[in-house]
Amino acid sequence: MQFFLDAFRWLLDPANYVPGAQNPFPIQDRIGEHLLYTVVSVVIAASIALPLGFYIGHTGRGRQLVIGFTGGMRALPTLGLLMALFVIVGATVPFTRAAFVASIIALVILAIPSILAGAYAGVESVDSQTVDAGRASGMTELQVLTQIEIPLSLPLIIGGVRASVLQVIATAVIASYISLGGLGSIISSGIGLNDNNRILGGAILVTVLALVVDGIFALAQRLTRRRGSSGSRAQKTHVRGRSLRPVTVAETPADERNN
Amino acid sequence: MIWFIENFGLITGLTANHVALSIVPIVLGFAIAVPLGWIANRRPALRSVVISGGSLLYTIPSLPLFVILPYVLGTKITDDRNIVVALTLYAIAMMVRTAADALAAVPADAIEAATAMGYSTWTRFWLVEFPLAGPVLLAGLRVVSASTITLVSVGAIIGSANLGYLFTNGKQRDFLEEIIVGIVASLVIALVFDVVLVILGGVVMPWTRRDGWIRRRSVLPVGQVG
Repeated sequence: MQFFLDAFRWLLDPANYVPGAQNPFPIQDRIGEHLLYTVVSVVIAASIALPLGFYIGHTGRGRQLVIGFTGGMRALPTLGLLMALFVIVGATVPFTRAAFVASIIALVILAIPSILAGAYAGVESVDSQTVDAGRASGMTELQVLTQIEIPLSLPLIIGGVRASVLQVIATAVIASYISLGGLGSIISSGIGLNDNNRILGGAILVTVLALVVDGIFALAQRLTRRRGSSGSRAQKTHVRGRSLRPVTVAETPADERNN
Repeated sequence: MIWFIENFGLITGLTANHVALSIVPIVLGFAIAVPLGWIANRRPALRSVVISGGSLLYTIPSLPLFVILPYVLGTKITDDRNIVVALTLYAIAMMVRTAADALAAVPADAIEAATAMGYSTWTRFWLVEFPLAGPVLLAGLRVVSASTITLVSVGAIIGSANLGYLFTNGKQRDFLEEIIVGIVASLVIALVFDVVLVILGGVVMPWTRRDGWIRRRSVLPVGQVG
């Protein structure tokens, strides 16, 4: 317990927040970097995966491809991907930028499956009668997608992005091993110096960051949920049943932890 | 290829350790999550605690958890037990929700029928609820298996001797072949585990073999079972 108290004291020490301090300080800069890596990778990944997921969900074409891809990605070791990309990128890009470029590529690759699965599963889960109603009232396919399918499946789509953001936050920590900045660099410098406060303090910071970001997404999912949409199917109960067992419906296409 | 052949002994050793480090969390996670999911369904208050506790735990990134655990358990940071405990926690966190959903989706009629026939809670669980929830539990277990195997390699950063060593060492030596060998070996382990789980599922649940039930089930992302 003493270790944790010390780590919290370390986290509250203003000396660790003085601008211009030696790496890995000041802490707020590392938090900023971590968020920057996350936003950049997820935005790039989303701009690839969302349109693709919408297309597949809407047309039903290429389903098997997506399922195979997301399933295969599940078994790919993140650390290996990161290191392989670092060696490959390092051969062409100057060393100072190799860590950043390799990490962003790895993070984008890892962020794509969850977003793709969320977008595809979301659009596909929209009731086909609702979609047909849209078509019958003269909507074009694009209108059906943007005005019916996407709004109704928003909780699932956000769920996919949420899973990928968590994945990216976790992988960016590991990327400190190839000297990427961010919160992982506090932990790795702590391991190098055998400094308990840095190891624990850094770990606590990442955990809190992940929990806060996850909480924001959970809130966004709740706010976008509508009556009758895929994320809010009411729990059916067996009235007859002695035990009133709810038939649960999952709310997010939560991806498995990969890092 | 020369490196691969010359270092075959090293690779086999690391692979064996990797497998050992993966099996314990997968088995323990399943054995703990299923009863936990069952209890969660009996008490609604407990259900929300278990489910949200699981997803909270699941949010903690792996490397931070690996380095926090030594302070909680009193182990050395390089101790493999930290990795086993961390991965078991993740396995429980991933599996408990699937288990609760799978058991809750067992038709109430089947449970009533079993109760009417005089089954005790214990026999009813093993003869009715567990087998009927089986295919969904298997789908969840396959996800846990794949994810655990990839996570073990992160342990190499804190000095665990598994396939992840090939990644960290290959990076230090700027040697791509070593990293690729590690990735391929890790993929092979994941594939073998998956095939073994599917075969085991077919043996334990022969009624699912006929119509390719398990195969169809597995296409669902983990959160969507039930």
